[in-house]
Amino acid sequence: MSALPDISSHAIARARWRKSEFVFWILVLACAFLFPSRYLIMTDILRLALFALSLDLILGYAGIVSLGHAAFFGVGAYSAGLLALHGIITEPVLALVASGLVAMVLGFLTSFLVIRGVDLTRLMVTLGIALLLEALGERFSNITGGTDGLQGIEMAPILGLFPFDMFGKTGFFYSLIVLFLMFLLARRVVNSPFGLSLRAIKNNPLRASAIGVPVNRRLIAIYTLAAFYAGIAGALFTQTTALASLDVFAFEKSADLMLVLVLGGTGYLYGGLIGAVVFKMLQEFFSTITPQYWLFWIGLVLVVIVLVGRERLHRWALWLPNLVIRQLAGRKAVVTVPESEAP
Amino acid sequence: MSIRSHMLLVAGAVAGVLALAPASAQDAVKIGLILPMTGGQASTGKQIDNAVKLYMQQNGDTVAGRKIEIILKDDAAVPDNTKRLAQELIVNDKVSFIAGFGVTPAALAAAPLATQAKIPEIVMAAGTSIITERSPYIVRTSFTLAQSSTIIGDWAAKNGIKKVATLTSDFAPGNDALTFFKQHFTAGGGEIVEEVKVPLQNPDFAPFLQRMKDSKPDAVFVFVPAGQGGNFMKQYSERGLDKAGIKVIGPGDVMDDDLLAGMGDAALGTVTAHLYSAAHPSAANKEFVAAYKKAFNSRPGFMAVGGYDGIRLIYEALKKTGGKTDGDALIEAMKGMKWESPRGPISIDPETRDIVQNIYIRKVEKVDGELYNVEFATFEAVKDSGKTKK
Repeated sequence: MSALPDISSHAIARARWRKSEFVFWILVLACAFLFPSRYLIMTDILRLALFALSLDLILGYAGIVSLGHAAFFGVGAYSAGLLALHGIITEPVLALVASGLVAMVLGFLTSFLVIRGVDLTRLMVTLGIALLLEALGERFSNITGGTDGLQGIEMAPILGLFPFDMFGKTGFFYSLIVLFLMFLLARRVVNSPFGLSLRAIKNNPLRASAIGVPVNRRLIAIYTLAAFYAGIAGALFTQTTALASLDVFAFEKSADLMLVLVLGGTGYLYGGLIGAVVFKMLQEFFSTITPQYWLFWIGLVLVVIVLVGRERLHRWALWLPNLVIRQLAGRKAVVTVPESEAP
Repeated sequence: MSIRSHMLLVAGAVAGVLALAPASAQDAVKIGLILPMTGGQASTGKQIDNAVKLYMQQNGDTVAGRKIEIILKDDAAVPDNTKRLAQELIVNDKVSFIAGFGVTPAALAAAPLATQAKIPEIVMAAGTSIITERSPYIVRTSFTLAQSSTIIGDWAAKNGIKKVATLTSDFAPGNDALTFFKQHFTAGGGEIVEEVKVPLQNPDFAPFLQRMKDSKPDAVFVFVPAGQGGNFMKQYSERGLDKAGIKVIGPGDVMDDDLLAGMGDAALGTVTAHLYSAAHPSAANKEFVAAYKKAFNSRPGFMAVGGYDGIRLIYEALKKTGGKTDGDALIEAMKGMKWESPRGPISIDPETRDIVQNIYIRKVEKVDGELYNVEFATFEAVKDSGKTKK
């Protein structure tokens, strides 16, 4: 077996769409029709999923940890808000792309700071950048509206055809389409030779550079791309809620995002999506039951999940379905968790 | 890949949570109560929630033959949460009222929804003047900063205070308080020597206080939202401003009854203008304070009164409409309504749907060994001057 064709065939095999992925997206689409009264929370989940996808690109594929990803989210959110508020670009799709690009520029500029350090330095640097932006937003409250946020944002209809409605239907499908397109792009990127080189860097930067991968350039590229994703997520937030306030830069936003990826797992793109669903569902579930103490229960569940480990939890949860399948089909369980999936 | 197994789990959870249909009696009147129950403004949410519970205990949960059902939601004072929750309450739970709103941005975020759905939005806490102008369906039972800030401005100018440094939270109500105070204080011949705005979230007052001390004012005009007053007074006395003879004046938010007892003697002598003091000498208030203390083992503050009057307004409006929940009819019923609140006589201005109430000037004194805001002057039936000027 010669090494070269093996790698490329392996890569191509990895890049192929799996049945389960089709099922996943069909399920997502089905949700739109199954729960027509819950568009708002589902939109919320989609936005968070896109945001998490952004972090997964740098964390799961390039191994860059960040506690300040909200910086790009916030810049995207404010860009979209200001563009709409001052009537600079009123068409939402164009404004969305423009906001993403603004965040991307910021991502490019700050990437030079981020690639200089290793994990702990990176945490500090990214955290610092987000805090810096938050303070700037507070300082220039004549532009950002400060704590009150931008008031009176009115969104024009998407492509001039679909106005945003009160029930959030337009917003949901808009977010869904954006998420899907961005996901396709991300999928293409991580399965490209570029994506493979990122994995090499993540596994061992020294060895990667020894075999001729331009480590820093690759890291800058993926960090910039991730900033673009986060910016789009932020702009989507402003456009679907017609709000933008300093909360978009909040540390909690970045920290929550880490939790989402901890819940969902990193490095296979779906982690952010699934994590976002689980995270929001937990939040919704507990805050409905106990509006005052839901934070406690969320905390407890997270601790338990981390202690027990996702893998073991899966085995327990899947014990019953597996049993049923075994009984029905008279064969070995079909639903399993491969051990290699741990992040 | 593990996507499949993930999916099974997640799909089950999603279906479960999303389908959690709120099951309840068909003919109940539902009220969506959106409050900050967690985060920095949690004390506001807690007080209002308590007050609403207390009122319903005292007056039963049935009005005009219809059961009242409260759906409490936590928005942590983040406006996009507020908006989503309000939307879901209106669309899914079919509430007839949305109420609560701990901070101005939250109240503003929900305003377009109230207009679109033609549902009364009862603002029980947030105090910026513009709120009621954002939707014809907004009625306020709390206060506006203009009401108390103009009065303390006049009072300070007339009572030998010449130089004032201001410290206000940097958001809409703080800016309202500053503007109206400045207007009235300088018109009366006073001078502002230092103007400081502090961030709303997790403020550290210490560096600002040092600057204030150096500018040697006669008094500091302070507005911080309910719940932050305790922290402010602590740092104020730590920096020795009380010993330097610098008084605290302001709208009464900083001397919130909720926290006053724990502020210590540094608070003694503080003069504020406000709508409510737990020491308000009326039978209605004594009864209210006693019942509240008994039920929740703490002293009610002005936020509790805002919530208490808010739920009362809803009850009375429903009585007037005979239990009908048509938004326009309810708003009509609320306009011009008058009643005796624990804070004193109040009414809803039929033109602005804002509250008209007495503003009291109070001084912090020790009563039976505990600190209280003791009222010594009353300005009757004060309207919101933030609007009447326009």
